[in-house]
Amino acid sequence: MSCNTKPASAVGLRHLAAMVMLSVAMIGMPAHAQKARAAKNAKTSQPAEFAGELDVMHVKGNVYLIGAAGGGAHAVFQIGPDGVVVVDTQTPATSAKLIEAIRKVTPEPIRIILNTSFLPDHAGGNLPVTKVGKFIGDRGEIDVASIKGHEGVLNRMSGVIGTATSPEQAWPTDVYFTGTMDLHMNGEPVILIHYPAAATDGDSVVFFRGSDVIVAGEIFTPDSYPVIKPEERGGSLQGTIDALNRIIDLAVPVMNAQGGTLVVPAYGPIADEYSVVIYRDMLTIVRDRIADLIKRGMTLEQVKAARPTLDYDGIYGTAPRGWTTDQFVEAVYRELRATTDKSSPDAATASP
Amino acid sequence: MQRRIAGGLLVLALAAGPAAAELDLTGAWGQKMHEDRLDRGGGPDIGDFTGLPINEAALLRAQTWDANKWSVPEHQCAPHPADYGPHGPAHIRIWTTTDPNSFKVVAYHIMLGWMNPVRTIWLDGRPHPSPNAPHTWEGFSTGVWDGDTLVVKTTHLKEGWIRRNGIPRSANGTLTEFLIRHDNVLTWVSAVEDPVYLTEPYVRSWNWVLAPGLWINPYTCAARVEVERPQGFVAHWLPPGMNPMLKEFSDKTGFPTQVTNGGAAQLYPEYQLELKKLLPAQLPQWGEPPNPF
Repeated sequence: MSCNTKPASAVGLRHLAAMVMLSVAMIGMPAHAQKARAAKNAKTSQPAEFAGELDVMHVKGNVYLIGAAGGGAHAVFQIGPDGVVVVDTQTPATSAKLIEAIRKVTPEPIRIILNTSFLPDHAGGNLPVTKVGKFIGDRGEIDVASIKGHEGVLNRMSGVIGTATSPEQAWPTDVYFTGTMDLHMNGEPVILIHYPAAATDGDSVVFFRGSDVIVAGEIFTPDSYPVIKPEERGGSLQGTIDALNRIIDLAVPVMNAQGGTLVVPAYGPIADEYSVVIYRDMLTIVRDRIADLIKRGMTLEQVKAARPTLDYDGIYGTAPRGWTTDQFVEAVYRELRATTDKSSPDAATASP
Repeated sequence: MQRRIAGGLLVLALAAGPAAAELDLTGAWGQKMHEDRLDRGGGPDIGDFTGLPINEAALLRAQTWDANKWSVPEHQCAPHPADYGPHGPAHIRIWTTTDPNSFKVVAYHIMLGWMNPVRTIWLDGRPHPSPNAPHTWEGFSTGVWDGDTLVVKTTHLKEGWIRRNGIPRSANGTLTEFLIRHDNVLTWVSAVEDPVYLTEPYVRSWNWVLAPGLWINPYTCAARVEVERPQGFVAHWLPPGMNPMLKEFSDKTGFPTQVTNGGAAQLYPEYQLELKKLLPAQLPQWGEPPNPF
């Protein structure tokens, strides 16, 4: 009897049973594992290697900066006898030079990669960097670095949330879903602090407590208005302001608002507390202005025509990565329109 | 033989000294407050933007500025930025770092009295740092002697102000200064350029008198919560014209806002002719000098 001779109903039942079994098996697997299968054969296009020189400088204590390049944001690395901790990995275009830059400073192996967000300019180089790493865990030393971050980074990189996917080996598989993750490396606490709905839905600020350096990631972009794309990233203006306020709480100047804690942004110059205050003030002021215009019943076009960012556009509106002032105002308008009470227009003076 | 040795020592002494035109700027200097005293002491009126080469962006920043800013803990202990600092109040102390072998001056250091910020002016030819290096209140300064004038170029400034009523200077701004010593008087000329907020360089000058023994006290500012407010409070006024104090200067002086709003044209002598047309026939007498016209 050939298969052709089987009653159609019998074939259908067998097929259905197989599908049910497969579905049960898939449901039993974590979503990330399912995505891992899908991503296993995902091929990443090889970008042209960054031709320039990376800007490497000592920040403070054990911490060094690798300046934004090749489409990637600032990366940071911490050195010491325990090995190297890399915060964000830029893009594949700079990976070879990033690894080489670290090698020039220390011969110790790369043990850990920390991702401040899933964004490709922050986590795009995870794969080549982890491949040269050596993490020491409960299986002893293994031939990759451990990638850590907030659960939101894993969700986005694996495609569980959103549509972006990246190779499984590039995912942070040691993640946290609470407020913080604590590590201790090279003689100092290294604390990942999650701020919900800031630049994305999986942001971590990395605080090197002994070196007194905070890596702010995409939450702090002092050369640009913040990119607010809640549908694509899960972030918000208010979440960004809240996160900046928390960074200001963490940072302590040495004397008279000078020096002290240094804050590494995603792009632009290294900051101290007051430079974060300047950025926070700007965002708060713009928020209050647009909220006031909404209270007055203005449409988006009317808000744009009122030019609520006029006095800041020369600094933050140059769109170094394509995010324009118009896009920023539109995003803020949409966010505030959903929350602003338009029933009580008043001549507000200072922000609450 | 003795004459030869003496001659040789003289040559060595001359070779070890500074270049002929370089002057010694070190010491304690007392500030002369004989110019712009009201502006440098109590501070300018809110809404007085006269004489400033500012654009509309700077004007909006200033019109929405709120002095309550200084009651917020994170702002309380901010020193004046390098371009405003010498405006005062600022007795200063200047000292050097010298090369231990050649005794050449590697850097000048200038400490101002208000909040004790210390500027370092490198004279060893080092380049300015990467754009990713921190921007600070004092910026990164290098100096070269042009004859007997020390010419200083400063970059990497943190965003600051050029008048204490909200006129901003962006972190893209740069500073060129000229330090000139005439006997016991130090003249400091400063030119601020800012592509974001200024339409022309803003030039000022100040004077100090050498004051040996002048002691600058430590300025230990401690930020404290002075007014209970929600976290993240930012003091500002909403545009347009929500700040009722903006008109006070105009009301006091009789200057129309066209004048109080400043602009580069006011830097030039011929503006006096324009001003004549703009001022009312009778200016208010509010303890001010009568109309000079």
